Amino acid sequence: MTIVPIDGKVVLEAVRTAVDRYGATRDELIPILNDVNREIGYLPGEALDEISRLLRVPKSHLFSVASFYRMLSTKPRGKHVIQFCESAPCHVAGGREVWMAVKEALKIDEDETTPDGNWTLVTTSCLGVCGVGPVMMIDDDIFGNVDAKQVQSILARYH
Amino acid sequence: MAHFRSHVLVCVDPECLNKGAHDVLDAFQDEIVAQGLIDEVQVLETSRIGSCSNGPEMMVYPDGVHYVGLTTYDIPYLVEEHFLKGRIAAKFVEEKKITVDEELSAPTAKEIRVVLRNCGKIDPENIEDYIAEDGYQALGNVLTQNKPEEVIEIVLKSGLRGRGGAGFPTGKKWQFCRASQASPKFVICNADEGDPGAFMNRRVLEGDPHSVIEGMIIAAYAIGSNQGYIYCRAEYPIAVKTLNIAIEQARNFGLLGKNILGSSFDFDLEVRMGAGAFVCGEETALMASIEGNRGEPHPRPPFPAVKGLFGKPSNINNVETYANVPQIILKGADWYASMGTEKSKGTKTFALAGDVKHTGLIEVPFGITLREIIYDVGGGIKEDKGFKAIQTGGPMGGCLPSEYLDLPVDYEELAKAGSIMGSGGLVVMDEETCMVDIARFFMEFTQDESCGKCTPCRVGTRRILEILERICDGKGKNGDIETLEMLCSEISETSLCGLGQGAPNPIVSILQHFRSEYEAHIYEKRCPSKVCKSLIRYEIIDGTCTGCTVCARNCPVNAISGERRQTHLIDPDACVRCGICMQVCNFNAIVIN
Repeated sequence: MTIVPIDGKVVLEAVRTAVDRYGATRDELIPILNDVNREIGYLPGEALDEISRLLRVPKSHLFSVASFYRMLSTKPRGKHVIQFCESAPCHVAGGREVWMAVKEALKIDEDETTPDGNWTLVTTSCLGVCGVGPVMMIDDDIFGNVDAKQVQSILARYH
Repeated sequence: MAHFRSHVLVCVDPECLNKGAHDVLDAFQDEIVAQGLIDEVQVLETSRIGSCSNGPEMMVYPDGVHYVGLTTYDIPYLVEEHFLKGRIAAKFVEEKKITVDEELSAPTAKEIRVVLRNCGKIDPENIEDYIAEDGYQALGNVLTQNKPEEVIEIVLKSGLRGRGGAGFPTGKKWQFCRASQASPKFVICNADEGDPGAFMNRRVLEGDPHSVIEGMIIAAYAIGSNQGYIYCRAEYPIAVKTLNIAIEQARNFGLLGKNILGSSFDFDLEVRMGAGAFVCGEETALMASIEGNRGEPHPRPPFPAVKGLFGKPSNINNVETYANVPQIILKGADWYASMGTEKSKGTKTFALAGDVKHTGLIEVPFGITLREIIYDVGGGIKEDKGFKAIQTGGPMGGCLPSEYLDLPVDYEELAKAGSIMGSGGLVVMDEETCMVDIARFFMEFTQDESCGKCTPCRVGTRRILEILERICDGKGKNGDIETLEMLCSEISETSLCGLGQGAPNPIVSILQHFRSEYEAHIYEKRCPSKVCKSLIRYEIIDGTCTGCTVCARNCPVNAISGERRQTHLIDPDACVRCGICMQVCNFNAIVIN
């Protein structure tokens, strides 16, 4: 995987900005992790070290929280993250065909990242826009009423 | 003050000015002087009244007519028609744009909108819109006229029950929390709407956030709390944004913070965002998450009303529950209790999804039948196919077959039928749905979302899933059904929280109502609905096939052979059952057996 190593300074900067915003208390941990994860794309070890130091919370606890929630990742992710809704209404509306088409187009499986570091494919729980299923979310953009034939053209927008 | 028959407001926004609004204004003034209407019609300049895209625009009151696309040449005609002859000059009337709301359409005859009444009607980012719809009036009444105990009494009398799914009487919950001696106390709103297919709460948070905030302030007053949290799932970023704007505005209006509305009552609110964990919708897990821990549930008792967030008494209700409260205070407990059935009062929002014509949000009084929901409100099954099952209550709910179509929907009746109310997801399935596949699908979900803390849920759901996957793969064996039944009852009885206790529900209800489908899969190695790939075969009908070779050319694995103009043949061992041949065949010569 050719993912560019994260600059340590950037990581520390992101952590400090988040801690400043919410305050260095344990009950602000999840908002802080969310912000850092969003900023860096995942939670590198350096980030957890720094949060642990600032919040005076053991790193084991941080790791247990970070690995519990689906939206937090302790592994590097690709440039774009595809979150595919795997819920019943999308499944009933033809989500399985679209899911196959996405996997086929990117040649990766769930929770994998493409070798060029461009794409990570994950499933998500319901995004709450079931009226337009099947639904997938690429970074912050939601695509509804997707069918298998549209997959290539949707992916092509992200280059 | 002079009295005018009509008031005319002309838009003088820069965009309209660019298009000649000043000239139109002057021409209009000249014309009404000329026609002797100067004492009857008042002309005012105003800011934006429309989109300005088709300016200059004007608004005529009291008629409320919106004219657009005016030029100075049109003015004499307009004045003559509207102000002398009293006819609306139709050719300048703004065309009403009809926006299609795919989630929430106009209410049908069987619906009553209480919680959703403002959604799509008011601007959620403007508190004044909410206030204009009697917003915060209930709070004002309560703070000036009622003791906290009286508020609880009203809520008790209304019969409001928790809309998160369990249906516990809301007033009782408040009573317990009020009775707890410790302080501080917390008021929490559960906005972690995780059930797949349910998005009622999202819509309320995005469309009418103040109704939830007002309900929470009233609850806080009733139980004696000064701090509240709204726990919203991270999948709903727009709801979080809207809520934060609404809270800020409420603070600026003195509706949150110190001395609310001049009373001695203080209360403030904070939004907390989840990070993607279904189990956090369970109240004890949710509180663990607010505290900055893994969102794992704890055994109850102690209940949150005694020992909740940060170990303090906490009242936790769902979005919809709070949104009902201001209406109950304003219109009275008797009004609310007049809707619904004996034990389930009021209305319930549902998200209708699956194979039904009109999917989206609905709000109906309790006691309505499933048939009315599917056929009258939902418009019937897509493509007029047959009805097979309806799943109520989300991934931990049950699937009910057609015998239950006339079941009146309330907490007790659904439980009796082997399903649950849940938060309000309704997934309709047509006759082509394989129920074993659906059971496997729901199990995949709960197995994946199991937090792993207790063994029955962590291990048990996996074992069930393995058996179901085997059955769908055509490798079911004798005794599978019995093992499933045993596992299901053990898991329900011994799991720690609602997730594990409810996880077997879909399997059990499908076993109860669609047992023959399990049996066909296991004993006959046949999928009656032709869905499970390992149990179906694609075949080409001799005689219908024209030998056009389209299927053979499109087959990704070259499993189809045959000469041009000769009937083709599918090799079942090579076939991957992708179904492409069936889609591309122009002669409907390919069937599933």
